[in-house]
Amino acid sequence: MNDHAVSRPAPAARVYADALAEGQFRIQRCRACGSAIFYPRELCPECGAGELDWFAPSGRGTVHATTTVRRKPEAGGDYNVALIDLEEGPRLMSRVEGIAAEAVRIGLPVQARVAVTEGEGLLLFDAVASNNAGESDHE
Amino acid sequence: MNNASLSQLRGKTAIAGVATFGCGEAPGYSDMDLLANAARRAVADAGLTMNDIDGLCTASVLATMWPMEVVEHLGINARFIDGTMIGGSSFVAHLMPAMLALEAGQCDAVLVCYGSAQRTSTLNRKEVAKARRRMDPQPYEHPYEPILPLSAYALAASRHMHEFGTTRAQLAEVAVSAREWARLNPDAFMRDPLTVDQVLASRMVSDPLTVRDSCLVTDGGGAYVLVRAERARDLPRPPVYVLGSGTAVWHRQISSMPDLTVTAARQSGEQAYAMAGLAAADMDMAQLYDAFTINTLLFLEDLGFCAKGEGGAFVADGHIRPGGSLPVNTNGGGLSWGHPGMYGIFATIEAVRQLRGEAGDRQVAAPATAIVQGNGGTLSSQSTAILGTGDTL
Ligand SMILES: [Zn+2]
Repeated sequence: MNDHAVSRPAPAARVYADALAEGQFRIQRCRACGSAIFYPRELCPECGAGELDWFAPSGRGTVHATTTVRRKPEAGGDYNVALIDLEEGPRLMSRVEGIAAEAVRIGLPVQARVAVTEGEGLLLFDAVASNNAGESDHE
Repeated sequence: MNNASLSQLRGKTAIAGVATFGCGEAPGYSDMDLLANAARRAVADAGLTMNDIDGLCTASVLATMWPMEVVEHLGINARFIDGTMIGGSSFVAHLMPAMLALEAGQCDAVLVCYGSAQRTSTLNRKEVAKARRRMDPQPYEHPYEPILPLSAYALAASRHMHEFGTTRAQLAEVAVSAREWARLNPDAFMRDPLTVDQVLASRMVSDPLTVRDSCLVTDGGGAYVLVRAERARDLPRPPVYVLGSGTAVWHRQISSMPDLTVTAARQSGEQAYAMAGLAAADMDMAQLYDAFTINTLLFLEDLGFCAKGEGGAFVADGHIRPGGSLPVNTNGGGLSWGHPGMYGIFATIEAVRQLRGEAGDRQVAAPATAIVQGNGGTLSSQSTAILGTGDTL
């Protein structure tokens, strides 16, 4: 440990993973330009500033792109991989659950959920039941 | 350096030699064995000896200090070395630093070379993928188990279909067009007839991409030699001049791609066109890295051959098939000729062979220009080259 190690802030990836392991979904916002940032970083990719604050996003999002990964039934069957646009702006990869993989459509409203297994958190999304689900297909 | 000064590099260097070796299946050969055989043949094709090579550009999927291994194996003394590794576009991207080194007098003959035994290697590809997840982790994507890179391209395709109404049949047309070209190429790995219906009925891997929307997995080595133009004119083969070059990287992971329907080929293409003083309409052919069928649509759009969103209709009209208005992937491409891991060098070599008039049954009629699009990662790195015959100077 050198002289500066005590005051050195934990790396963002670690802060994110630690929060996720406690069931909390936190992302960063740049103090300088206001950009919401995902994935966790050491500096703002929009403006390069280093002062980033953690906050809890609403968890509301929309499916931006989606694919059904085909897998043999004996290996667990097909599953979804999607890109989700968070209400706050950032896009991330996740899996939409609660409906069949092939029923996940672009424009589908989704809600974040953190699954904690054996001390590790995983960010997932659930389809939000909506009367407008059909229309949102053509956002 | 601005575009005006880059334009001064137009036509100052030329590809004087090319070769491929062991493409398809080459059991028993290592990556280096394939590279070395292609390198030796490319140098001979250029009318040079290995002792003439004093510049090296190379990259490997597996070895991080690969240029040193290549220097050692080939027994060359390189005064210029570029080991830039940005995936499959690397060997197209190597053109610009090689040109600058040649023009500055740092070296006199640059060998760009690659080899991959990925099909027949005893190294299990699943094990390699597993090791890579440890050494090059993507902690915000890997937990969701996308089949990388395929699922990333599938996500981009899903978005293209959503925004522009692109259909699976239009994507399939890309694979069919590539196969039609491969049927004219005795070196192509897959030459059986292929129909749109057969592509649509093939095994789905990650919607909307089937196994036939995906590039092959083959072995192969490829190499080319770049020299200053005045020297190329004294060498045995017709020089193929480098008229334009541009490279751009916008992201690494598909989740960080700014717009899933627009690639950095738009930027690399603009740079290359500006340097060459040419436009899409001036291109006699396009060699576009078709890792997946969606690539061809994206690059046709981003390089200006059709408007954004109209790639599907463009290929469905038959433009890129043999006899169409724009010859694309005339060797059969990664989809049907072969795909030894990082295809950019093979797209470049096919353009050179066409411009020299050496392409046999698949020869494009008297071409003067070619555009080459290298792609790496998950649509992440894009490198464009514009090549031309002596008539373009
Ligand atoms: Zn900022």
